[in-house]
Amino acid sequence: MKKLIDTSCSIETPEGIDFSSTIAGPIPRTLAYAIDLGWRCLIYLGIGLVTIFTGNVGVGFFLVITFLLEWFYPVFFEVFRHGQTPGKKALGLRVVNEDYTPVNWSGSTIRNLLRSADFLPVFYLFGITSITLSKKFQRLGDMAAGTVVIYTPQKINSLLDNEITPIAPSQPLTPQEKQAISNFTLRTSSISEARQVELTNLLEPITKSTGSEGLNLVKSIGAWLLGKK
Amino acid sequence: MKQQDFENVYVEGWLHFESQITNYKNEKSPLETTFPEQYRQICAQLSLAKQRHYSDDMIRRLNSLVMAGHHILYQQENRVRIKQISNALYSFVRTLRDNYIYLSLASILFVLPAILAGLACYFDETLIYSLISPAQVDEIESMYNPALDKIGRERGSDTDLAMFGYYINNNIGIAFRTFAGGIFFGLGSVFFLCFNGLYIGAVAGKLTSVGYAVTFYPFVIGHGAFELTAIVFSGAAGLMIGYALINPGQLTRLSALKAAAKEAVKILYGAAFMLFIAAFLEAFWSSSTQLPIALKLGIGAISWFFVFWFCFFSSFGRRNESV
Repeated sequence: MKKLIDTSCSIETPEGIDFSSTIAGPIPRTLAYAIDLGWRCLIYLGIGLVTIFTGNVGVGFFLVITFLLEWFYPVFFEVFRHGQTPGKKALGLRVVNEDYTPVNWSGSTIRNLLRSADFLPVFYLFGITSITLSKKFQRLGDMAAGTVVIYTPQKINSLLDNEITPIAPSQPLTPQEKQAISNFTLRTSSISEARQVELTNLLEPITKSTGSEGLNLVKSIGAWLLGKK
Repeated sequence: MKQQDFENVYVEGWLHFESQITNYKNEKSPLETTFPEQYRQICAQLSLAKQRHYSDDMIRRLNSLVMAGHHILYQQENRVRIKQISNALYSFVRTLRDNYIYLSLASILFVLPAILAGLACYFDETLIYSLISPAQVDEIESMYNPALDKIGRERGSDTDLAMFGYYINNNIGIAFRTFAGGIFFGLGSVFFLCFNGLYIGAVAGKLTSVGYAVTFYPFVIGHGAFELTAIVFSGAAGLMIGYALINPGQLTRLSALKAAAKEAVKILYGAAFMLFIAAFLEAFWSSSTQLPIALKLGIGAISWFFVFWFCFFSSFGRRNESV
C-alpha cells in the first residue's frame, strides 16, 4: 500500500513496540498561545488593578509577577500539569519529550527560554517558520530541548450496531480491505446515510448490489470480520 | 482471533488499567505493584492488534492506553527539594569549569568592548551620544549626580521594592535573551554581550569623565559582582549552543544542539539565581546613601572575590561527582 502522509509520528518504546501520536501543527499551537496570552493579560489586569492603589510596593510586586509569568508561566504548567498550559489543555495539546515521556525541568526551561529567540524578529516569525519547515513541527526551542507538542488521545467509544447480522464475505479479502471494511462498519454512526451509500456503491464488484442493500451487505461483512456471532 | 473475541478477552484488563491511571492522577490511590507488568501486556496487545489489522478505533484505544502508561512509567521526579537545588548548584559550578573556553570567550566579548567604550567615552565626551540617545544620557547622569541623596534610578524612600521588581524584570530578561540569541549560531549572544559591554562601558566612561565616579562605582560594585558575571555566564551558555550548531563534531547538528542545550541550561539555573541576588542587592543595598562609601566598596570587593572563588576555586564543583 502507498504510504500516506499524515501528522502521526511513531516511536519505539523500551518494550519493543511502536506507538504513535499526532503532532500538533502551527495553527492549534498559535491558538493555544493566544489563549495563554489572554489568561496572562487577565492576570496582569487583575493584579494591576489591585496594585495601582498600593503605591511602589505594589509596582514592585507587579513587576516581579510580570517577570515570572512572562518567562515561567509555561514552565510551571509543563512541569507540574502534565505538559499542559491552560491554552494547550483547551485545545487538547501536550508538551512531551521526543520519546513521548513527560517533559522535565531542563527540557521545559530550555524550550521556554528560547521562546525569546522564536519570537524574533516580530511575533514568533522564526518560531512559526521553524514549525512549518521542521519534520516534527518544532520551533527552535523545541529542537534544542528535544520536545514536541502532541495531541492528547481522545476518548473513543465506537460500538458495533447490534442489529447487524454477520455475513461472511463471498471472496477472499486482503488485510487492508478487511481493515477498511471493519473501520467503515464501526464508523457508520458518524457518517451520513447518503454518504454511506455513496461509499458502499464503490464496492459493487464485491457486493454485487448497490444502494441500501449494498450498504447493509458491507456492514454485515464488517460485523463478520469484527467477529460478531 | 477476530477483533470482538480479542476485545472480550482483554477488555477487563484495559478498563482496570484505565481506572488505575485515573485514580493515580487524582491522587486517590497509588499504582499497583503489577503496573509495569500490566503495561507491558497492553504493549504486546497493541502490537498484536496492529499486526492483525484490527480496526483503527481498537488500535487507537490501545495506543492511548499505552501512551497513558508510558507517561506514568517513564516520568521523572519533578518535585523541588533541597537536594535538587543543591545538585543544581553543584552542576552549575561544574559545568562552568568544564566550559572555561566559552566563559573566557564570553568574558572577552563583554569586557573588551566595555573597556574600549569606557576609554573612548572618557576621553571624548561626545562619543557616548552615538551609542545612547541624549535624553537617556541625561537621565543616567541625573541618576548618579552626587548632589542627590538617593542614587540609582530616582526614587523616594519606599521605592526599593518597586526597583527590585524592575531589576528582576529587566536584568534577568537581558541575561535570558543573551542565552537565547545563541541559537542563531551564537550570533545573538555575541551581539548582546558586545552591546551590553559597550553600553555599560560607555556609561562608566562618561560618568567618570564628568566626575560622578564617587557615586557610580560604589553603587555598581556590589551587585555588579553578581550581575555582570551572570550576564557573561548566560552569554557563555548561548555560545555553547551556538558553537554546537557551527561545529557539531561527530553528531548531527540537531543532536549536538540538544546535548549543548542540556549542558547550557545548568549554567542558566545558576545565572538566574545570581541575577536574583543581584536585583536584591541593587534594590536594597547599592542604592543606600547612608552607608559609607568605603564600606560599600569593601563589601563590593568581597562580593567579587566571593563570586570568583565560589565559581572557580571552591571545592563545591568537585564534590558529589556521581550526580
